[in-house]
Amino acid sequence: MPRNLPGLLDGLELIRQDFPILGRTMADGHPLVYLDSANTSQKPQVVIDTMVDHLERHNANVARAVHQLGGEATEAYEAGREKVAAFIGAQRDEVVFTKNASEALNLVANTLAWAEGDLRVGPGDEVLITEMEHHSNIVPWQLLTERTGATLRWFGLTDDGRLDLSNIDELVNERTKVVSLTWVSNMLGTINPVREIADRAHAAGALVVVDASQAVPQMPVDVVASGADLLAFTGHKVVGPTGIGVLWGCRDVLEKLPPFLGGGEMIRTVTMERSTYADVPSKFEAGTPPIVEAVGLGAAVDYLGHVGMENVRRHEEAITGYLLDGLSSVKGLSILGPKDPHDRGGAVSFELDQVHPHDVAQLLDSRGVAVRAGHHCTKPAHQRYGVQASVRASSYLYTTPEEIDALVEGLEYTKKYFRVD
Amino acid sequence: MSDLDAMYQEIILDHYKNPHHAGLREPYEAEVHHVNPTCGDEVTLRVHLDSTDDDAVIEDVSYDALGCSISQASVSVLTDLLIGKKVKEALDVHEEFLALMQGRGTVEPDEDVLEDGIAFAGVAKFPARVKCALLGWMAWKDATTQVVARTAGPTEEMA
Repeated sequence: MPRNLPGLLDGLELIRQDFPILGRTMADGHPLVYLDSANTSQKPQVVIDTMVDHLERHNANVARAVHQLGGEATEAYEAGREKVAAFIGAQRDEVVFTKNASEALNLVANTLAWAEGDLRVGPGDEVLITEMEHHSNIVPWQLLTERTGATLRWFGLTDDGRLDLSNIDELVNERTKVVSLTWVSNMLGTINPVREIADRAHAAGALVVVDASQAVPQMPVDVVASGADLLAFTGHKVVGPTGIGVLWGCRDVLEKLPPFLGGGEMIRTVTMERSTYADVPSKFEAGTPPIVEAVGLGAAVDYLGHVGMENVRRHEEAITGYLLDGLSSVKGLSILGPKDPHDRGGAVSFELDQVHPHDVAQLLDSRGVAVRAGHHCTKPAHQRYGVQASVRASSYLYTTPEEIDALVEGLEYTKKYFRVD
Repeated sequence: MSDLDAMYQEIILDHYKNPHHAGLREPYEAEVHHVNPTCGDEVTLRVHLDSTDDDAVIEDVSYDALGCSISQASVSVLTDLLIGKKVKEALDVHEEFLALMQGRGTVEPDEDVLEDGIAFAGVAKFPARVKCALLGWMAWKDATTQVVARTAGPTEEMA
């Protein structure tokens, strides 16, 4: 049984039993210790069963078939949307399904170039991001600014892994058209003051885009209270399937944005000369959508809702605190990012003196401990701290203190293997 | 021997701790910079040949590498193996090393050709690490191809 750490989820052992993969034995008989949930989360049985049941009994295309199965599939797909909306405090029509968070962010960055009126980004405008963004919240804005003649600017980072807001008065100005930032860093774990920055951005007349890929899995998210105008996250990090992401936007903004991809289901009518477009959210969902994925995502957010996101957050804080303590006990290990579990998420990146992150990850893997090694798609943030690559351990609602112990023991073993004192 | 020990052979760890021919040196005819985009490993590598004729000999391979033990040791072993060889012979060694690394652990390495390079046989069983082992080798081939193409015009062998 897990040691009694204040804040751990009640019935953690039962929760673990919901995730069949956690029972797996890895090479040489080691039990799986999965510490890569910031990369992708594992799936509870109810998500797997719901998707299988949909494919076995209700499969059809959505919104275009008159037959019974078509009706059932459409209902299941739209129920997925309603569940996601309820989970993040949104209206159902404000939830757009995409392929992943990257596509959601690209949808916004592309349509802002094509928009008519005050949303349009053009020469002389500024787009403001941060140095701690995932590549998926950097590259789309580089493409947008390069193509439109706008200027890309960014908040730098402080030595302790937070946004440097000292020059916010200069960075957020009358030319600022868009401010796009991550809520929780996938590398440093930092939780950013999204609301505070959003208020400043709005005062300057800018649109606020939030990458919530690491926030929605880990803490209660109310999109309206967040201050965002548009917010993106992905299904597979919230115990749902891959292949589906979410773009939430306040209705008014979504209506002003032009279509992204053209095709079936996003139109009102089509002639050979021109077309008119469907209302949101269909306007942004060209082609057959990820149907069974939406059904699975609905089951996933239902599952998290039953556990309670407040409880998930408390669990993450408890485990992250235990993880930070455990890592601090390893000589020669340095943690990147804030050290206080209360204002950070559950992804902790670190370096081990004299052992390259790949080698650390390989040694840990030989003991069944799965972590990520590399730049975690945050090359600029690594560069900011003079680090080429790092190891990242990330927990979730099913992580136990014993698994953190296995990681720390694995790190000591790694040092011994590479003859580091 | 476990798969892990087969990958992290003593030879590899030795080369990692004490890389041979490390550092960038003059003169050189070509310099390349290769990265492994999935993990961020990087190598800057220079090649210096003694002549421009068909029997050109590799006088020096110098490098500055950032990366894991496998990628670092691999480029160190490469310099031991290739410096002093004719380009033609070096390409054969390259071919042999490539075949070993892409063989998923089924290729029996030829010690006469690969010398310390046979230590990488265990790496071939870890698909995620094969690119690490090949980073320096791909950089060397790229640089050498550039020198030869520039001095003698492209030959079939190099194409």
